Amino acid sequence: MTLVQAVNRGLFEAMRQDPDVLVLGEDVGVNGGVFRATEGLFKEFGADRVIDTPLSETGIIGTAIGMALYGLKPVAEIQFLDFIYPAFDQIVSELAKFRYRSGGQYPCHVVIRTPYGGGIKGGLYHSQSTEAYFCHTAGLKVAIPSTPSDAKGLLLTAVHDEDPVLFLEPKRIYRAVTGEVPDGDHRVPFGEVRLVREGTDVSLFAYGAMIPPATEAAETLAKEGISAEVVDLRTLVPLDEKSVLASVEKTGRAVIVHEAARFCGFGGELAAILAEKAFFSLKAPVARVTGYDTPFPYALENVYLPNADKIAHAARTAVRAG
Amino acid sequence: MVESTGPARLAVPDSARPFPKDRLLDAYRLMVLARVTDERCLSLQRQGRIGFYAPHSGQEAAQIGAASALGPNDWVFPAYRELAVALTRGAPLRSIFDQLVGNSADRLKGRQMPNHFGFREQNFVVASSPIGTQITQAVGAAMAAQRRKDPIVTIAFFGDGATSSNDFHAGMNFAGVFQTPTIFFCQNNQWAISLPRERQTRSATLAEKSEAYGFGGLVVDGYDLNAVYGAVAQARERALAGKGPTLIEALVYRFGPHSTSDDPKRYRTDAEVATARQRDPIERLKADLVAAGRIDDASDHRVWEAARAEVAAAFEAAEKTPPVEPRSAFDDVFASLTPRLEEERAEYATLVGPGGTKP
Repeated sequence: MTLVQAVNRGLFEAMRQDPDVLVLGEDVGVNGGVFRATEGLFKEFGADRVIDTPLSETGIIGTAIGMALYGLKPVAEIQFLDFIYPAFDQIVSELAKFRYRSGGQYPCHVVIRTPYGGGIKGGLYHSQSTEAYFCHTAGLKVAIPSTPSDAKGLLLTAVHDEDPVLFLEPKRIYRAVTGEVPDGDHRVPFGEVRLVREGTDVSLFAYGAMIPPATEAAETLAKEGISAEVVDLRTLVPLDEKSVLASVEKTGRAVIVHEAARFCGFGGELAAILAEKAFFSLKAPVARVTGYDTPFPYALENVYLPNADKIAHAARTAVRAG
Repeated sequence: MVESTGPARLAVPDSARPFPKDRLLDAYRLMVLARVTDERCLSLQRQGRIGFYAPHSGQEAAQIGAASALGPNDWVFPAYRELAVALTRGAPLRSIFDQLVGNSADRLKGRQMPNHFGFREQNFVVASSPIGTQITQAVGAAMAAQRRKDPIVTIAFFGDGATSSNDFHAGMNFAGVFQTPTIFFCQNNQWAISLPRERQTRSATLAEKSEAYGFGGLVVDGYDLNAVYGAVAQARERALAGKGPTLIEALVYRFGPHSTSDDPKRYRTDAEVATARQRDPIERLKADLVAAGRIDDASDHRVWEAARAEVAAAFEAAEKTPPVEPRSAFDDVFASLTPRLEEERAEYATLVGPGGTKP
């Protein structure tokens, strides 16, 4: 099963489990979503629970918030993460803060699904990875699957969570990655990394569409006698700090990989955590392999994006450093 | 009541839906209580005893008239100037002062600036500061009520400035498309901080904006309790009958500053304010009640004295209530503390207490 099919299965499962779960967004109904993530839902659950909305992200998230306050469990789709900004006010000022600002009177559980990331010839506005904006906001959880099994499992956890969740789907590997997906109510807990590959010389921390190149780099490194551990962070908020630290305490070296721009990216936070809490375990400077601090270029996306070569190079440098 | 076709017209009080006579005196007492609260709070802020205040004086009839036409299960999505709506919904004055002070009894646990009330029992959704964001939320709650077939309406309160916001457009548009049971209640108090109504939009009225979204709008005299009540009652009946949303523009004037941080002398004249104050909604209702023999100067005096005593007692009790527990700052970010928040709370705990810094 592909990753996008697993998202679809997760939505079916959630909607069959609970009549309060509904889906809303642009083109999610009759059309089944531009990536087909919501395909078939309209036919099974009808216009009442699979709502094609007008083209307004603030309208989608604002109404989803109202539904959640009232007691429903909306799963809103934003067609591309690049288009989420008209709803930024609703997400950052409203959704994230409802529970807190009401003294716990008004929890507000909305799941926002949105495809993110580059490598699909999407240019500036269909390629970005701006998860850091949302990780920076107190009150939001941020989940990013990298396998079909996790796509379904993390999505079901998100739907049953009590807090707002931004669920970022790596569209580059929507169909490029396939795998087994458990039937039924398969849930993957938040705040637990997935150990993709064990290693002893260097830790490669990645998530979403960066897991395949990180794994490829580890395979290359293995042939050179370097044992790289690949850690899939899965949820950036909450972060499984314990496992991150345990990995670096073992390997002594860390390479952080994300396709988001480097400056103030999530890797900066991760590097700071390592500096604060694993400083004496480090044998080499923490390295970051990330998108560059430029807008996302259409014809030069392979220049912009991290790949296995860049990751392997950073890992070799770290190993040679000490 | 006149539904607009083309430019909305000033509606006349709907004789079919007058404010219930047996509740008029209570409404008057509420208006006075709200006014006394306003005046007291402006002075408390100047004395440094509350941090901030956004007065609603001039808008009492609009707020109390609108809120009185609602049912107990209806949902209110307020902005931050809706103290009289909260009182009408049954929020205790004492709780309002607990919020203004930000003490340990505050329902919001001392987290929000004054006036951003929230009362779950009264379906009075907690307010925020960004302008217009509650409008789409009110529409979403109405969509949820529609789905559950609950016989309720949602009402969004907002000002003239909010009609320029993204969420006004999105909310009105969604409400029109989905025909939601929503009342958009705009208190046009003529000023969005320093910007006069004419600079907010070129439209002749705010109410006529509903036309573009495919539903009705009307303008009411916001100083007239009967007119406001009739307009909201009618909009509510329409919504409950499945006839969709209504935009109501209540014409009022913000007698006071935008907030205690604002000096309105910079952008409007005293003469303009004085002219507006001649149409004080409290004086207007009082005149009606005097004419009807329901009240006289002596009993009116007692209404004001009772309100002053109630406000003094509520504030005194709120001021004496212990402060918020510092460690509670970390609660309610999420349903339960994340490891990171636990760590930050523990870090804070090491900084306070014996030998540590003051909280």
